[in-house]
Amino acid sequence: MSVDAPSKKPIAEAVEVPTFQITLRIERYNPEFDTESHYEDYEVTVHGTDRVLDALHTIKWDMDGSLSFRRSCAHGVCGSDAMRINGKNRLACKTLVKDVNPDKPITIEPIKGLPVEKDLIVDMEPFFDSYREIMPFLVTTGHEPTHERIQSQADKDRFDDTTKCILCAACTSSCPVFWNDGQYFGPAAIVNAHRFIFDSRDEAGDQRLQILNDKEGVWRCRTVFNCTEACPRGIEVTKAIAEVKRAIITRRV
Amino acid sequence: MQTHQYDVVIVGAGGAGMRAALESSGRARTAVLTKLYPTRSHTGAAQGGMCAALSNVEEDNWEWHTFDTVKGGDYIVDQDAAEIMCREAIKAVIDLEKMGLPFNRTPEGRIDQRRFGGHTRNHGEAAVRRSCYAADRTGHMILQTLYQNCVKQGVEFYNEFYVLDLVLAESEAHGGEPAVAGVIAYELATGEIHSFRAKAVVLATGGAGKVFKTTSNAHTLTGDGMGIAFRRGLPLEDLEFFQFHPTGLAGLGILLSEAARGEGGILRNSEGERFMERYAPTIKDLAPRDIVARSMANEVREGRGCGPNRDYVLLDLTHLEPAHIDAKLPDITEFARTYLGVEPYTEPIPVYPTAHYAMGGVPTNTDAEVLRNNTETVPGLYAAGEVACVSVHGANRLGTNSLLDINVFGRRAGIAAAKFAQDAPWVEMPGSPEQHTLNLLEDIRGRAQGERVADLRRTLQETMDRDVQVFRTEESMTEALEVVQQLKERYQHVVVQDKGKRYNLDLLEAVELGFLIELAEVVVLGALARKESRGGHFREDFTKRDDENFMVHTMAYRTPLGANEQRGVSIFTDKVRLDYKPVNVTRYQPMERKY
Ligand SMILES: Cc1cc2nc3c(=O)[nH]c(=O)nc-3n(C[C@H](O)[C@H](O)[C@H](O)COP(=O)(O)OP(=O)(O)OC[C@H]3O[C@@H](n4cnc5c(N)ncnc54)[C@H](O)[C@@H]3O)c2cc1C
Ligand code: SF4
Ligand code: FES
Repeated sequence: MSVDAPSKKPIAEAVEVPTFQITLRIERYNPEFDTESHYEDYEVTVHGTDRVLDALHTIKWDMDGSLSFRRSCAHGVCGSDAMRINGKNRLACKTLVKDVNPDKPITIEPIKGLPVEKDLIVDMEPFFDSYREIMPFLVTTGHEPTHERIQSQADKDRFDDTTKCILCAACTSSCPVFWNDGQYFGPAAIVNAHRFIFDSRDEAGDQRLQILNDKEGVWRCRTVFNCTEACPRGIEVTKAIAEVKRAIITRRV
Repeated sequence: MQTHQYDVVIVGAGGAGMRAALESSGRARTAVLTKLYPTRSHTGAAQGGMCAALSNVEEDNWEWHTFDTVKGGDYIVDQDAAEIMCREAIKAVIDLEKMGLPFNRTPEGRIDQRRFGGHTRNHGEAAVRRSCYAADRTGHMILQTLYQNCVKQGVEFYNEFYVLDLVLAESEAHGGEPAVAGVIAYELATGEIHSFRAKAVVLATGGAGKVFKTTSNAHTLTGDGMGIAFRRGLPLEDLEFFQFHPTGLAGLGILLSEAARGEGGILRNSEGERFMERYAPTIKDLAPRDIVARSMANEVREGRGCGPNRDYVLLDLTHLEPAHIDAKLPDITEFARTYLGVEPYTEPIPVYPTAHYAMGGVPTNTDAEVLRNNTETVPGLYAAGEVACVSVHGANRLGTNSLLDINVFGRRAGIAAAKFAQDAPWVEMPGSPEQHTLNLLEDIRGRAQGERVADLRRTLQETMDRDVQVFRTEESMTEALEVVQQLKERYQHVVVQDKGKRYNLDLLEAVELGFLIELAEVVVLGALARKESRGGHFREDFTKRDDENFMVHTMAYRTPLGANEQRGVSIFTDKVRLDYKPVNVTRYQPMERKY
């Protein structure tokens, strides 16, 4: 690996990015004034590399300040802006306009299965309640070591995928079981249980498996795979759920 | 209005706020007020790592770490604070591991460590492996781990509560000096005002990157905590020192961690040259950020930039094994793919400096107590994290030292605030403490026509990018100051379309803009007065560091808001006064900063 040799690669020549017109068809609802939701169309000029979030900002900042949605980081790490974009759960900040067929109106709706508070904002409390129920924290007993606990990289890799979760709810709110059964924990809670169940340092795996074995737990999952498809962090959600199911059956992690 | 009472109120649930909450909630009745859900805080965006001299992979010690921190900060670091931070770093990392943080591991199963800019062995001999990390999502893992432990401890959160004012009152018990009485908050869901009475308040509201246009910071990083304290007459320290991180995705500002260079990435200009060899012959691409950022900007200025407009340089990872990239830098390489359509395995990534970190902020001592002048503190008021200035970062923060700062000083703030609250008497809330907040909101909401928030904000951010970025001059900054002063005037006419109560983010963006304008003025005034170049503050008209005149911290004050101001009166002041505070030097005398 010769570090100092100049790169042989040609210098990236970015081509001029085109701008184009799109229509966003947004589901609007403000219970202060509306009895039910309705759709509004907005014509927006976007640049070739703009995200859906940029288009929403253009509307909010330059056209209609009352349009309400959550967002913070704008690059897919904070989990604020999961929404339905053309019927699929996506983060608005991680979805480029050019990738969602800008020729037709792009439909933007709040995620499903959680009460809509205003426009694209839903009540996240039920989602976080399920998360909190699965004991999402490391449980250990006995003496605290003076240094760090030893964990092999291989042991760490067993739960690496599920540590990536940003609690955006894209998976849970894409799950038909969750829509129809308000009691189901939902994939995100199971993903976060997985993160601890398969952590070699943790000692509460049995308790978590017990919680998930209960009637609203992991067995409601019908392996529809919507969750895996929705996850903006690329977590193999269905696989994690399957691993948890297997652990319950074998009582072994 | 609803009223609440807690021993300790923590404002902000990023790394600093939650680390404080873990300490104080066990000792005193504590509430955490946060405008975002805790896990949405921008600590989660931090990538590269958190430094501590664990010596897990090679010899290291905290005294070298202290030296690097002081030198990296161009000697305007308070050395007592840096010593505390670097000494307590080791415990801070181990604490996080015990809380469950999944660090990358060495073959022996210990916490792995890697190189990071400006961190060296034995006072600059060579780069040292000091940064503890979890792939390139260290901040995400810190934020999640702290939140998980807050859930475990049953910490009480008020989510989506915007704190908009700090209530100070003269208190008999504190010798007639202003002391903390509480805070005023706005509930996003309902538009209701809440008054929180508290014996101790910890400000942990994070940074103010949105003063600039191109930034790695979240939309919500609008310097609220700094603005609130400043309006109540408390000083802001060293706000002119802002860090521009070298490797933002060109045009977007999204950060690509320095870990990319720590893992072997190289910066190249249009000629394919590794230009950092010319600017920092010893540690090259791993020189401190201010030096790398200026070198990049200089390459572009001298015509060696890349792309159709020759306005960026390239970060080259193509010589690294794809498997290595996937294991160590998965997230940032995905950013390049998602947002620029560039494949880092085979193509170099367009990058340019991005506004990243506020070294300055609300001045504190090493117990996180907020200062109201050079020596006296405000009883009951604490600050930690990016909102604060202890000052461990001086004129330029070293990479990984902020995740460290939030853990070390967040913890200290939580302990100190709880201890204070256990012993201190309650301070009486003055009559109608919410009046200022009501006025502020009603003034904006009540206006039928005027100027859009977004137009003012764009003007502000574009001006700051053009005039007050990596290169600054008297001329550019005078121009910026003029614009900012016009914006203070124009803000009087700012209008929002959303007149409702529920989730009125339109209204809150207007309030946040007020903080940005307020802080931008302090940045510019401090920078104009500092006729020298030091760390992140580089003056083309005064290119040398001037220890004789400027080895001091800037302390900016404004005329505080009156207790009973009227509606319709500007929230800004005409008078910002600059004062200076000595730097605490213990063992390292200023030297020329060479790498
Ligand atoms: C992209 C990126 C990468 C980084 N990488 C690294 C790294 O590798 N290593 C390193 O050491 N540092 C890194 N940093 C810097 C570091 O992440 C931040 O400085 C640090 O996380 C700040 O933490 P904080 O707790 O002070 O603030 P934040 O995490 O920003 O939290 C602020 C909190 O305050 C709340 N808040 C704000 N205003 C209000 C208000 N008015 N009312 C109520 N609540 C409010 C918010 O809701 C939030 O909870 C990085 C920064 C960025 C932007
Ligand atoms: S598993 Fe993926 S989709 Fe589900 S909450 Fe976590 S990050 Fe979001
Ligand atoms: S805004 Fe943070 S994930 Fe989209």
